[in-house]
Amino acid sequence: MQQRDSVSLALAGSGGAGVMTAGNLLLEAAAQAGYYGLMVRTSGPQIRGGEAAALVRLACAPVDNLDDRFACLAAVDWQNIARFAAEIPLGPESLVVGDPAQGDPPPALAACGARYASLPLKALAKGIPGGWPNMVALGALAGLAGLPEDAVRAALEGTMKKGGAALAASVSAMRLGYAEAPKLGPFARLAPPQGGRRGDRWLLSGDEAAGYGAIRGGVRFVAAYPITPATELLEWMAPALAKVGGALVQAEDELASINMTLGASFGGVPALTATSGPGLSLMSEALGLAVAAEIPVVVVDVMRVGPSTGIATKTEQADLNIATRGLHGDAPHLVLAPNSVVDCVRTLRWAVHLAETLQAPAVVLADQFLGQSRAVVDRPADVAFAGGRKRASADDAAYQRYAITESGVSPMAIPGTPGVAYTADGLEHNERGTPSSQAPDHLAQLDKRARKLERADFGEHWADVEGEGELAVITWGSCTGPVREALARARAEGLRARLVSLRLIAPAQPERMARALDGVRRALVVEQNHGAQLLKYLRAEYTLEADLESFHRPGPLPILPGEIHRTLAQWGRP
Amino acid sequence: MSTASAAAITPQSFKSGVKPVWCPGCGDYSVLSSITKALAALGLAPENAAIVSGIGCSSRIPAYTSCYGFHGVHGRALPAATGLKIARPDLTVIVAGGDGDGYSIGGNHFLHACRRNVDLTYVVMDNHVYGMTKGQPSPTTEPDWDSKLAPGGTGLREFHPLVIALASGANFIARAFSGDPNGTADLIAQAVRHPGFSFIEVLSPCVTYRPEQRGWKDAVRPASVAVTDDPARAARRLMTDDGFNLGVLYAGRRAPYRAAPQHEPQSPASLELDFAL
Repeated sequence: MQQRDSVSLALAGSGGAGVMTAGNLLLEAAAQAGYYGLMVRTSGPQIRGGEAAALVRLACAPVDNLDDRFACLAAVDWQNIARFAAEIPLGPESLVVGDPAQGDPPPALAACGARYASLPLKALAKGIPGGWPNMVALGALAGLAGLPEDAVRAALEGTMKKGGAALAASVSAMRLGYAEAPKLGPFARLAPPQGGRRGDRWLLSGDEAAGYGAIRGGVRFVAAYPITPATELLEWMAPALAKVGGALVQAEDELASINMTLGASFGGVPALTATSGPGLSLMSEALGLAVAAEIPVVVVDVMRVGPSTGIATKTEQADLNIATRGLHGDAPHLVLAPNSVVDCVRTLRWAVHLAETLQAPAVVLADQFLGQSRAVVDRPADVAFAGGRKRASADDAAYQRYAITESGVSPMAIPGTPGVAYTADGLEHNERGTPSSQAPDHLAQLDKRARKLERADFGEHWADVEGEGELAVITWGSCTGPVREALARARAEGLRARLVSLRLIAPAQPERMARALDGVRRALVVEQNHGAQLLKYLRAEYTLEADLESFHRPGPLPILPGEIHRTLAQWGRP
Repeated sequence: MSTASAAAITPQSFKSGVKPVWCPGCGDYSVLSSITKALAALGLAPENAAIVSGIGCSSRIPAYTSCYGFHGVHGRALPAATGLKIARPDLTVIVAGGDGDGYSIGGNHFLHACRRNVDLTYVVMDNHVYGMTKGQPSPTTEPDWDSKLAPGGTGLREFHPLVIALASGANFIARAFSGDPNGTADLIAQAVRHPGFSFIEVLSPCVTYRPEQRGWKDAVRPASVAVTDDPARAARRLMTDDGFNLGVLYAGRRAPYRAAPQHEPQSPASLELDFAL
């Protein structure tokens, strides 16, 4: 049987069946064995009793996205599986594994032509006191993928640190499933792993990566209100901040959390809040204050399907409009977007640096896919950014908080510094900070605040620019993974095409974009929303020579590499 | 907290020289003066105090002082001050504002600031009206007060800020009158010294939209009962009070808010051990 470089496995069941636990263990086991991988969570709104699926892709090299099809879907039960049919694409080459005690697979699955194999998960688990069907399924999937049984056991030991009877039962149940894998019929295993030393690889979620990047960037104060799918970022940061001498406050609402961060930042402590679309909407007014009073702050929006409560547990890239255009008045600010789980580290670190250096709010657009997915990644390079907040020195008789400077940035006095006290004000003000309703002061301060962003040197981090040729794909955020894979496939077929994945959405970088697209005649704009928000933003902010075409689809269905590849292949035909 | 030499610090040290936007006769002039007197009496250096406010006539106060000031958005002064105090516990943080800012748009934050009990002093200049928007009823306006926005009155019962503060967990509750600037200054100084969240309601007349409030000077009186630390007694007193008893009405013993236990700070880079395989 042939081997493969990556294998996609889905484990589905009703909420509480333990499919997320098993999916995480499968990823841990692959990591132990030297592989890379990604686990994407998809679930309904219920805490218990709804539907849930762990979508796992294991690979010999790092992966940032799901594949076009799943090689195997294993189901602990068939309840509500129809709700997932669209999110777990299967084909005739796929294998569906189900427990005969749960009845036949639903007709929706049969239609895809996948081969069905039965595995009595419940009956096997029953044979082991304390054994659970999800552990049997874990063993079977690990066996199908070709992971060593020892790696799965090590993953269980690492997770169930208390050991004892519960661990023993889980290991036994897993082994039963593992032994059944060869009986499920032909299935291509993973090629041998190419991963480097264990210490050089990390296993983390995008939410954790974002929290870590923020702390490395200097954040020591967080205030936030719980919201799916940003909560895990806050839950990781709470103890982590305490360890580094910082603090996290649970606020009464998002209005409070953003204003708390502004208070802390005014006090000289780099501050962050994390939320999702509904929370970002509530924060818009205070973001205007951050612009006017020039108070650095970072707001992470882990985007979910909107508008309104939308689909709170699922992913979409539809907050680009509100992030870039959602403030009242002329309010220049920063908008950034990480483009993979591990890139959340760099992008957050950079966002904190930019907010602090430019004394402006930075909105970071992650999404549920990035935030809640866990990935095995190479340890990222330690990218530090020189600079930071420019502070006023004590007892400067000529000090003016909002002095007009060439760069637009003026030193900020931090409370406690004598002789330079001022009032940070959302009212328009003169250079001293005294409220002013005069037209010249308004114009001078508008110019100053715009100039800060126009004159800043954003360097090479503004986008990931890769490849060459007359064709290009422009994308952002979690769409970057599938686009990159599509481009790799196209290049393997001899097609030359470029990638521009924007890490800095605002302010726009017309000169850099012109260089990146020099010689490109046709570009595809790929994004996951209904309104083609990025395409419209590009048309407003950039003068592009290339013909732009849009590939957009709302969440929660992921954009898949095959779809982008097919479009590029058509374009490449003479 | 560093304190400047007492000789150098006077109430004048805390004035900025920016001319207030208030109408002639506004009670807020006196409250500004009381705040500067209190800060001087506390022996603070201006740079170690911060005045935080939202929006409204009284919320203009920060720029009129020589302290660090934060004049934020409407209703959100308490969260901004909370963030500042937790991030910078070394600072003395005073929050100032009006009845609309604090009890209406900021009402939820008022509840949670009392409950959270961060070491802040909250001074509300209550004139029972929205002055800056030219005379609309606020949560403390009498139900039958006639206005363009609510002809014939709102018909709504007044909000009772002191009772709400007590029920929500404020650790120090006082009432002051702008017409008694020395008494008000003394209450503010006591409030700053008291640990946890201290709330002072200052009756501060709006002579433009509520000229009848000039009569408050004849209605106020020192509270006849001594201060209590018993919330049950304080509740009875506040519920039966006619709104004109001045002084400290409750001084509790709750421990102020503390952030998560702090360890010896470790290097941020060491957090990567959470992820390393």
